[in-house]
Amino acid sequence: MNPAQTAERVARESYGRLLAMLAARTRNVAAAEDALADAFAAALSAWPRGGVPEKPEAWLFAAARRKLIDSARRAQTASAAQDALILTMEELEEMGRDDAPDRRLGLLFACAHPAIEPSVRTPLMLQTVLGFSAERIASAFLMEPTAMGQRLVRAKKKIRDAAIPFDVPEPAEWPQRLAAVLDAIYAAYGVGWTDPLGADPERRGLAEEAIWLGRVLVAQTPDEPEALGLLALMLHLDARRYARRVGGRYVPLESQDTTLWRRELIVEAERALVHAARAGAPGRFQYEAAIQSAHAARAIQGVVDWGAVVLLYDALARFTGSPVARLNHIAALARRDGAEVALAALEALSDRHPQLGEYQPFWALRADLCGRAGRKHEARRAFLQAIERESDPAVVEFLKKRSAEL
Amino acid sequence: MKYAVLVYETADDFAAREDLRREAYWGGHGAYVAMLQSTGAFVGGAGLAPPHAATTVRVRGGARQVLDGPYAEIKEQLGGFYLIEAANLDAALTWAERCPGAETGSIEVRPMLEM
Repeated sequence: MNPAQTAERVARESYGRLLAMLAARTRNVAAAEDALADAFAAALSAWPRGGVPEKPEAWLFAAARRKLIDSARRAQTASAAQDALILTMEELEEMGRDDAPDRRLGLLFACAHPAIEPSVRTPLMLQTVLGFSAERIASAFLMEPTAMGQRLVRAKKKIRDAAIPFDVPEPAEWPQRLAAVLDAIYAAYGVGWTDPLGADPERRGLAEEAIWLGRVLVAQTPDEPEALGLLALMLHLDARRYARRVGGRYVPLESQDTTLWRRELIVEAERALVHAARAGAPGRFQYEAAIQSAHAARAIQGVVDWGAVVLLYDALARFTGSPVARLNHIAALARRDGAEVALAALEALSDRHPQLGEYQPFWALRADLCGRAGRKHEARRAFLQAIERESDPAVVEFLKKRSAEL
Repeated sequence: MKYAVLVYETADDFAAREDLRREAYWGGHGAYVAMLQSTGAFVGGAGLAPPHAATTVRVRGGARQVLDGPYAEIKEQLGGFYLIEAANLDAALTWAERCPGAETGSIEVRPMLEM
């Protein structure tokens, strides 16, 4: 590995760990980021000449810490703040590289704090824990880089000025706060998932990074059932990455070639899910992972247990109250009880939630069910509605083809 | 760190200061102050007269404008504030949650600038 590659590997693997350590005391994420960027720049100029140090992370931490202390000294103005600043610097100086606790979990919780606006939590996590640039995050979230940059700066200022702690919260607050962390990681995964082939370079790797965050979380809270559930869910979905598109064509789950599924990810997902179940505390992510697990069984048993999928989606819909979960429940119901039963359920659902009429999967499901029930005219109309609401060209192609085959 | 805990109250909260609920109202705040003091978190604070007593002043183009009423006509009005000492935002939010005004009104938590 050449020095540039080593720096890149260290950046990927330790960015969040280093940043969390640097910012934990001062809570000044922006200053820690600047110091870390300087340290990486210094490494890229020093390592090719003098060789890569034995412990590159320790080298980077020391360099960044020096930068941080230098800039803190320069920034000393008000005398009242000085004592606190000196204390902070001394603590930072004492903090060794090897015995320092992993502060990334604290950083994750700071990013997902309820005092941070929900829509900025995921981007903030991507930037602070994974070192993504504002431009890259903006592109993945389909936003203007300047606007995204401003929102990130505002969030970091809030962390600093309101003194949002870098700690794992108290047990009483744990469920609500953990849920925010899980949601933010899953949102990052979702942004990557919508671009399965990585055609968009800005989104490439976002799904992997989200899985990596999931693993960090599980490593630090090994028995937390919903964290395990989220990891299992993401691994199951990611195992099918290469089967979802074949030659640029969209392939729905039921038609996917299971030999293209990545077994090692499925095995890891199943292990996490079994571990999660030991706690006996089911939650949204465990239900979703269990549903994906039932689909994954097709790779081994050749068939999907639709009865189990129906029950799991029903449990998920009851648990979350989500009309989207109910929609998926109806899709599974069609496999178990037939299209007519499912169509009646779909009608009742859209009466209760008229906003589903703006949702592409609603029309795709309706089209599919009408087609199965022999109502060709209605099916074609529903396909048109679905196509109108779909932005992915591969899915549009798929829907057109299905409509033409009626 | 020091935080201002700003207590925004509804019209009904303000009414509770004087009607049959007054003992519960003032007792609640008294107990809250005692709790803050016993843990060393109390820095200061004050209750404010209801918004009908408020007058707002602005100077525009060198001329003083005096208006009857509070800064903004909203459903909840600033009824008082506490200044507290807390380790971080989470600790401050815990104090805010215990404030008697939290159940009917809103509590804004704002860090104080270091002077």
